[in-house]
Order: sequence, then structure tokens, then C-alpha cells
Amino acid sequence: MELGIRDTGDTRVVHVGEARIDAAVAIQFKDQMRDLIVGGPNRVILDLSAVTFVDSSGLGAIVAAMKQAVGPQQLELAGLTRSVAKVFALTRMDRVFTIHDSVDAVLAGPANAE
Amino acid sequence: MQSEPLSFMGHARDRHRAGPIAGNGGLHLLFPAGERSVRRALSASVAAFHDMGVDRDGCDFAELVLAEVLNNVVEHAFTDRGHGIIELEAWRAGNALSLRIRDDGMPMPGERLPAAQRHDLTVETHELPEGGFGWGIIHDLTRDLTYRRDGARNELTFAIDFAEFDAST
Repeated sequence: MELGIRDTGDTRVVHVGEARIDAAVAIQFKDQMRDLIVGGPNRVILDLSAVTFVDSSGLGAIVAAMKQAVGPQQLELAGLTRSVAKVFALTRMDRVFTIHDSVDAVLAGPANAE
Repeated sequence: MQSEPLSFMGHARDRHRAGPIAGNGGLHLLFPAGERSVRRALSASVAAFHDMGVDRDGCDFAELVLAEVLNNVVEHAFTDRGHGIIELEAWRAGNALSLRIRDDGMPMPGERLPAAQRHDLTVETHELPEGGFGWGIIHDLTRDLTYRRDGARNELTFAIDFAEFDAST
């Protein structure tokens, strides 16, 4: 599936270029995310602004991706659309992830200041 | 949508004609059990729900519930022979949608509805669950959830009550 990568300093932004993270692509998404996280920068931001649908398989794959980030590494989320935010709220996964309004908000934030 | 009876559906079509949705603006889909077919069925369902006057939030919740139900069928009901047919019916009933999903696959374990798994999310990151969210979502977003084994078929019926979402959001 289409994942766009942009590295800025110690932050990697992964933009999901598809509308759905569902059962049909969950395993593929999980595998591609592992390759982008393991050995990658300490901070990985998953940009979900183009994603309009996540089901429980997709949610599980996003959790699996977060678990790939170990030690100083962190996976954070940005740009949840209204329907995707509902799934995170419903499963209370919104309490587990660090969620930003947008990628721009992350990159402008103090945490990324050098 | 299929208009010809399929031999392996037995008398499903005949029963369907006497069902509550006939000629009533309802939705009726028959499709093979597969992830891509489920995607197409979800897309067709959401378009139909929209036409039935269901608003955007309602369509979002209905699509999510249906995705969980249908993917569950795809993942579990046909593990023995690898293929099967799913039948989906939906109709509007006041401020709710009524749905019936049938498949000709293996029964649910113990011929009963699986319970919702409630995960402890306060655990360390590496212990977080990567699955088991599906039935929780289904139970949370539906009412009158009923499963029955009907001969060689599974039948799941439930309603999605939009008034409940309005009250909670």
C-alpha cells in the first residue's frame, strides 16, 4: 500500500496514501510499517489525514506498528479524520496513543525544536 | 446484486420475498466471502444507507459494525473450504437500521455469540492487544443482537439505533 515518507531531523513522517486501513490491507500495512520503524528515526509520526476508514484489523495493525517502536523510539498519530477518530474513541485507543491534530502541528511544536 | 436464485442458497430467495424489506426501499446483497468483496459490499451498503436518509455519523457507525461482522464471517466461517456466500439485508425502521446477515459457513463456536472482550489498556505498550476489538465494537454499536444457526446457515440480526448515538455524542 502507498506510504509516503518524509524525514525531518530526527522525525519521520509516514503519510498513508490510501483511504482505508482495513482487513484487506492490515497485514501489508503492518509489515511496511515495521520496515519504516525498525532502525528508523526516534520519532515516527503516522499521518492519517487521508484515511477515512479504519476497522478493528486496521486498528490492530496500527497498535502492532506502535509496538515496533522500542527504546527511545516513539510512534505518534496525526490528522485523524472524523470517522477514524470515532473508532479510536470507541475502543478507547485514543488514550493509548499520542494524537496530534495535524503533521504541521507536530513539526511546529516545541518537542521538535532543535 | 443477484437476481437469479443460487442453487446453494436453498430456499433463501423464496423466504426473502416474504421478508420485511421486499418492495420497501431496503438493501439486499449477495456476495462471495472475501476481503475485497466485503469492501465493495460496504461501499454499496453505505450508499444505500445514505439513500435511506441515514446521516453521515450514522453511516460511519453502520459501516464499521458491518465491516466487523462481515470480516468475522470471512475470517472464521469458511476456514474449512475457503469460499462461501454472504447475504446481507438492511432496512430502515424509524430512527434505526435493521440488519440481517446470513452465511452458509461453519457455525460460531458453541453456536453462540462471542462476548465482547474488554481489554486492559493500562498495560505496557508491548502488552497492548493487537486484535479482539471486533465483538466489542459490534456489541457497543448495536441492540437486539441475535445469532442463530438455521440448518446449514448462520444468521445474525441486529439493529443500529441512531437515537442512541445522538444522545451520547
